[in-house]
Amino acid sequence: MTFGMTAEILARIQFAFTVSFHFIFPAFSIGTASFLAVLNGLWLWKRDPAYLKLFEYWKTIFAVTFGMGVVSGIVMSYQFGTNWSVFSDRAGAVIGPLMGYEVLTAFFLEAGFLGIALFGRRRVGDTLHMVAVAMVAIGTLVSATWITSANSWMHTPAGYGIDANGIFYPEDWWAIIFNPSFPYRLTHTVLAAFLTTAFAVGAVGAWHLLKDSTNRQARIMFSMAMWMAAIVTPMQILVGDMHGLNTLEHQPAKIAAMEGHYESHEDGAPLILFGIPDDEAEETKYAIEIPKLGSLILTHEWDGAIEGLKAFPKEDRPPALIPFFTFRIMVGLGLLMLGMGMWSLWARYHKTLYTNRWLLRAALPMGGSGFVAVLAGWYTTEVGRQPYTVYGLLRTADSLSPVAAPAVGASLLAFVIVYFLVFGAGVFYLFRLFRRPPLEIEDMELEKGPTRAAGLVPGPAQEETLGGPNAH
Amino acid sequence: MPIDLPTIWAGIIAFAVLAYVILDGFDLGVGILFPLFPHRRDRDIITNSIAPVWDGNETWLVLGGGGLMAVFPVVYATVLPALYMPIIAMLLGLIFRGVAFEFRHRTQRGSVWWDVGFWAGSTVAGFTQGIALGALVQGIDVADRSYVGGWWDWLTPFSLLTGLAVVVGYGLLGATWINLKTSGELQAHARRIAMFAGAGTLVLIGVVSLWTPFVRGIYFERWFGWPTAFFSAFVPALLGVCALGLWHGLITDKHLQPFLAALGLFVLSFVGLGISFYPYIVPGALTIAEAAAPDSSLQFLLVGAVILIPTILAYTGYAYWVFRGKIDPEEGYH
Ligand code: HDD
Ligand code: HEM
Ligand code: HEM
Repeated sequence: MTFGMTAEILARIQFAFTVSFHFIFPAFSIGTASFLAVLNGLWLWKRDPAYLKLFEYWKTIFAVTFGMGVVSGIVMSYQFGTNWSVFSDRAGAVIGPLMGYEVLTAFFLEAGFLGIALFGRRRVGDTLHMVAVAMVAIGTLVSATWITSANSWMHTPAGYGIDANGIFYPEDWWAIIFNPSFPYRLTHTVLAAFLTTAFAVGAVGAWHLLKDSTNRQARIMFSMAMWMAAIVTPMQILVGDMHGLNTLEHQPAKIAAMEGHYESHEDGAPLILFGIPDDEAEETKYAIEIPKLGSLILTHEWDGAIEGLKAFPKEDRPPALIPFFTFRIMVGLGLLMLGMGMWSLWARYHKTLYTNRWLLRAALPMGGSGFVAVLAGWYTTEVGRQPYTVYGLLRTADSLSPVAAPAVGASLLAFVIVYFLVFGAGVFYLFRLFRRPPLEIEDMELEKGPTRAAGLVPGPAQEETLGGPNAH
Repeated sequence: MPIDLPTIWAGIIAFAVLAYVILDGFDLGVGILFPLFPHRRDRDIITNSIAPVWDGNETWLVLGGGGLMAVFPVVYATVLPALYMPIIAMLLGLIFRGVAFEFRHRTQRGSVWWDVGFWAGSTVAGFTQGIALGALVQGIDVADRSYVGGWWDWLTPFSLLTGLAVVVGYGLLGATWINLKTSGELQAHARRIAMFAGAGTLVLIGVVSLWTPFVRGIYFERWFGWPTAFFSAFVPALLGVCALGLWHGLITDKHLQPFLAALGLFVLSFVGLGISFYPYIVPGALTIAEAAAPDSSLQFLLVGAVILIPTILAYTGYAYWVFRGKIDPEEGYH
């Protein structure tokens, strides 16, 4: 079961496959956890049942996503040992403690308070329930911090020494954690998670507004999402630009691959809008270029010098094709998101935010844009790091476990089957949950009693209707 | 026994693994017993009893495994390749049982399939954990900081036996947990199951214990040589006490006692293993001292562990306390 490939390629595919699936869920659950905390806060503050209904609506969606994030994450934490054992042995003393702190500060926090946040409102009362919801949200952000720190260290290693056996040992923890690319990568990744959630929430809101533009809950969802789109997308583009400058400083070969430059340009590199990089021929075919713009963007100068891939020995170059395209996908989607945000401001100004059917229709396909952009971004980063796992120091080929190709191939096949089956079903259920109108929650239950009592529900009867006919 | 950083960390990792085994043990056990509770309503109640806590329980596995990479990287890098297949199977099992909590409520027609997934996932996870344990006890071949054995080395009669023992043991934990958390007919049913599972667990602990000293010479010395034999006499004696406690609790229809006694059986078996392993971390191949990461790594993480593990225990305890008592069948968790 080797599919004609080496153990190394199979292990890389397996890692890329499992981590791609894994990251799709956190990208959504990091944003949703914060969204839930905001909704719950608004409900406690304003006592407007619309926020409570929204909280209950998104709570179930969060629970399903979070569950899939957890189980796919556990696979990741063992895969370093099963498939990349040499990497683990060599780099474990440096990046292991970062992941150890992730477990201690984030995973336990999320897991410990998850039960109370999901099921405990009635048992602990409003205040403690709010604390639990906030803890889950904070936990997801702390988790993102540690894991991006570990990942950034692999891109821009700092604060380490290497002993005679080739094993990395820590010298300066501060330098390791706050390695040069970490602040940029963390900000960019967290904003990406928020945008992913915003556009998904926006699409759900738009879908329900298209059916009934008076639906109050759908209006709140859509409005909140579009504020995020309008405010966070420009920030994300700015951070992305700074991230690119940082990469140019530390990983120039990656930038050359992303830009499709094989030749070095001393006095201003063009911006290649489109083309097909060919590593064999060492040129980007069919290139459509704008002179000097590449240097302007990357160095903020018309005549800035940019190194091309040919400036690096062939065996140290990343493959160009994937980073070149994934980078364009990400940036293209970022620009679309920006357009969406601006359009929503315009519609808001004209008081047509909830009725402009073209805007609402456009928001539907944009619901998936964050997921695609996030994956495209990671592919750019990770493939651009090749052929190293620890940039410039440890090669991917030297990181592999002493595993036989058939074992890796068989496990890859098992992962593919199980992931498509299980997570495919999960995504299907998510879509089912999105389809429930956010009004279906019985208003009578909330209106019958005093609002105070509603704060201590949802009781069983209400929960029943909340989930809709498919819930049980 | 020197009290240095590697030894402290070996203790912490052992604690994390033990916490995992007893905590996830009872919720995997509930999954293992699923076919014995065929009614939808009973199944809802028993899954609701673990729904708020299973994720926290499973996090100890991440600490045990992930922590190993941080403080004993070479153990992580040799044991996982050696146990490649059981580990992958365990991960796949955990996927099925983890998603089943939510998925079984999301569909009516498909629900029974997720129930099957819940059972199979839990059983596979327990069985492969037992196999991993057995394979580790037998020892793995390490040379020059990497695994040099074959792909099927883990598969032996002994490891299959330990796999079975863990499944039955988890079943006991699950049954005593259900006995603790439910009432009426459901509880009586769980109590009957616990009696069978309890008998099975004791027999299997006995067989494994008698077999272990013959698997590797060093265990034989450890258990029957002087002065360690002095300590090893305690372990079987205490096991007897727990067995009595379990039996007494079940026949007199106590609710908490059987669960605690079952936990006691696990803790003692684990201590027994610790006696066999020390000072090795991978029996026969790597000692705690030689496998440890540099002191700066151990120190850095220890600061966090000393503060955070008690904090985690405190809020985890609080979460258990919030959901204490018998499950109210009317309280819809979903
Ligand atoms: C930027 C965010 C991010 C990234 C890049 C990763 N993760 Fe993740 N991970 C999370 C954000 C996250 C999260 C938001 O914290 C999750 C998602 C759902 C959850 O339970 O927590 C999570 C869950 C999660 C879990 C389950 C935790 C539990 O039991 O509660 C594990 C073991 C991992 N992850 C491990 C990894 C590893 C080894 C990664 C690298 C290859 C990784 N994650 C990438
Ligand atoms: C969650 C988002 C992530 C995505 C989508 C992602 C994507 C990828 C991809 C596509 C590859 C294969 C590259 C290739 O073979 O050309 C890869 C490899 C790898 N990545 Fe990531 N990655 C992510 C996060 C991480 C993190 C957080 C870490 C470390 C803490 C990490 C460590 C690695 C390692 C060790 C490899 C294997 C060696 C290699 O093939 O480069 N990745 N990843
Ligand atoms: C439109 C303007 C954008 C620019 C200029 C930009 C820039 C970049 C750059 C240069 C990288 C590679 C970092 C490296 O070298 O390692 C990157 C990575 C990434 N991008 Fe973007 N980006 C943009 C938009 C987006 C959007 C809209 C999203 C998602 C919603 C996104 C998500 C990501 C992610 C998840 C990564 C990988 C993690 C990382 O290295 O930070 N980006 N981006």
